[in-house]
Amino acid sequence: MGRSSVMSRSRLMNWASHTRRSRSHQYQQAFSTSSETGKSLNLYSAINQALHIALETDPRTYVFGEDVGFGGVFRCTTGLADRFGKKRVFNTPLCEQGIVGFGIGLAAMGNRAVAEIQFADYIFPAFDQIVNEAAKFRYRSGNQFNCGGLTIRAPYGAVGHGGHYHSQSPEAFFCHAPGIKVVIPRSPRQAKGLLLSCIRDPNPVVFFEPKWLYRLSVEEVPEHDFMLPLSEAEVIREGNDITLVGWGAQLSVMEQACLDAEKDGISCELIDLRTLIPWDKDTVEASVKKTGRLLISHEAPVTGGFGAEIAASIVESCFLRLEAPVSRVCGLDTPFPLVFEPFYMPTKNKILDAIKTTVNY
Amino acid sequence: MALSRLSSSAPGSNLLKPLTSAPSLRRSFSAAADDSTPITIETSLPFTSHVCDVPSRTVETSPKELMKFFRDMALMRRMEIAADSLYKSKLIRGFCHLYDGQEAVAIGMEAAITKKDCIITAYRDHCTFLGRGGTLLQVFSELMGRQGGCSKGKGGSMHFYKKDSGFYGGHGIVGAQVPLGCGLAFAQKYSKDETVTFALYGDGAANQGQLFEALNISALWDLPAILVCENNHYGMGTAEWRAAKSPAYYKRGDYVPGLKVDGMDVFAVKQACKFAKEHALKNGPIILEMDTYRYHGHSMSDPGSTYRTRDEISGVRQERDPIERIRKLIFAHDIATEKELKDIEKEMRKEVDEAIAQAKESPMPDPSELFTNVYVKGYGVESYGPDRKEVRAVLP
Repeated sequence: MGRSSVMSRSRLMNWASHTRRSRSHQYQQAFSTSSETGKSLNLYSAINQALHIALETDPRTYVFGEDVGFGGVFRCTTGLADRFGKKRVFNTPLCEQGIVGFGIGLAAMGNRAVAEIQFADYIFPAFDQIVNEAAKFRYRSGNQFNCGGLTIRAPYGAVGHGGHYHSQSPEAFFCHAPGIKVVIPRSPRQAKGLLLSCIRDPNPVVFFEPKWLYRLSVEEVPEHDFMLPLSEAEVIREGNDITLVGWGAQLSVMEQACLDAEKDGISCELIDLRTLIPWDKDTVEASVKKTGRLLISHEAPVTGGFGAEIAASIVESCFLRLEAPVSRVCGLDTPFPLVFEPFYMPTKNKILDAIKTTVNY
Repeated sequence: MALSRLSSSAPGSNLLKPLTSAPSLRRSFSAAADDSTPITIETSLPFTSHVCDVPSRTVETSPKELMKFFRDMALMRRMEIAADSLYKSKLIRGFCHLYDGQEAVAIGMEAAITKKDCIITAYRDHCTFLGRGGTLLQVFSELMGRQGGCSKGKGGSMHFYKKDSGFYGGHGIVGAQVPLGCGLAFAQKYSKDETVTFALYGDGAANQGQLFEALNISALWDLPAILVCENNHYGMGTAEWRAAKSPAYYKRGDYVPGLKVDGMDVFAVKQACKFAKEHALKNGPIILEMDTYRYHGHSMSDPGSTYRTRDEISGVRQERDPIERIRKLIFAHDIATEKELKDIEKEMRKEVDEAIAQAKESPMPDPSELFTNVYVKGYGVESYGPDRKEVRAVLP
């Protein structure tokens, strides 16, 4: 798993861009075959398929978490225990800190540990294990040890009526811990390809699944084993007037806003960041240099959200190309509310307003 | 079963009574409600202890108390069933965890302590709130997110609180309330007012690490903390034995004493809580494991039938139901007739229906409430609107 730790910066960059190209190619291949073998799947079934493949292709893969043996509360792990046995797919007690710590140890022995935290809102008891143990294991042991085989899956985000503890988007907390990756898919096909990449990536990854889309989002998903590249954003809609950046469930909301803006003659470019750290600055930069405007949208509260990092980076690198201040349309700076969810959320109309304000600045 | 061992203070048992016993000979229900004549009964099962004495199985009660227990538990049962249908008709949003089956724990605990003692629990909190003196209207208003709710409609099902009677809620994260409860007990130790805190958690939460941290501190500093493990045998969908190496939760404090209690017998709960309070004030923390059962699934999205058999559920209903136990005791002591108890249940149903109708009239909170209570009032924190430029507001 471990790659040479001594790598010059330029070699590292070359390696990174090379990997990106080759993975891109792989993605294209997967994409091209999708029409032949693709089957209409919702997001949780796509996750389920990815987990089947991960367990099938690597006998050292393990899937565990609260109620996972029974299929999990969102049915993502349905059938896995029957197929692969209770020694590889199993329930844990309700102890998030223990689950992640256990996963780190399992991964440190060269296994692929896929741990489920039942809701992203429950991940905080495990925060210490993720931030202090998982993220820094490789660094502080001088690359003797790592837990690269660890992938933590957790459903995140609003679901319409989840209230305080079943709705939060905690991704920004983890983006502040170098050593782990944070990945969020927007659709079933993305979920399958990205999850397989995360499980096989030689770094610990936190994989947040948009629970609102588990059943709602349906698309053609190739049945075979395919991976989508990490740290590579995807331009899912091209445009000239403004760049919109988001991730996960928020993208469908942003897409609606793009369609409405188009009716007013505004051409929006929409980018799915997919991996939050390390994030694909190049793609966003290239787009902003073309459009001259940037809007970022996420469900998490605006202050200290990952949108702030993107905004700051883009202002640094594209200052002279910007024609308007960077706009952020995010959750409000309040705890995630129960009855006020519609007010809290960065809705289509809020985004549309901000698009117009930015374009007419 | 306890009934076979009942030592009744009323002369003669049902069996010896003539079948034609006229209703006029019976104490009327309203009389029973005020009748404090002592009745001595035994708890269903002996207590099992871990490094401490065992409380006596003999408990004194009265027709008045029996009728009160019946009424209160029937009300809780009806309230939870009503919440179930409100959730299914989408009038309750958010997550909702029901307590039916576990009523004896809330009622028995309340009967042994005062409102100056504190209770803190997890998210299955509707009935504990009611036991602490909350009203049905507050319950249903909060469940439906209305202004009239106990948390002004801002909390929902998992976040009920009642400050004036020491109910510290209503916590959403598994196990997180237990260290808080020990903190309450710490404050009580300083205030020297002979009060204690009951920190409730489930068998699922019993495996959380923070529980053991809290337990150690409480024992180290002799805090008047009573850790009540409501063991309903399933942590969400996982049976206790699948999640715990030792499901004898009353023993898991090691150096902390513990008692195993039949949580389906309100008198056993009452006796154990009384014992625990005395113990905690003198010696520090104690664990009470309440052996109980929830009829509903873990939450509304769990049908509750995939990881346990329907026979198991109906078996508990027939053999151990806390309300049926009281009903049988009332009959055995000839306190009220079947019809009178049915009438009480009808009355409870009516009370619940009326509260729901009234709660539906309660308005939703004002949208400005979204920004209140994030920080202390008037703290002057600025919040931002959607684009962080057009809309800015100083939080109220």
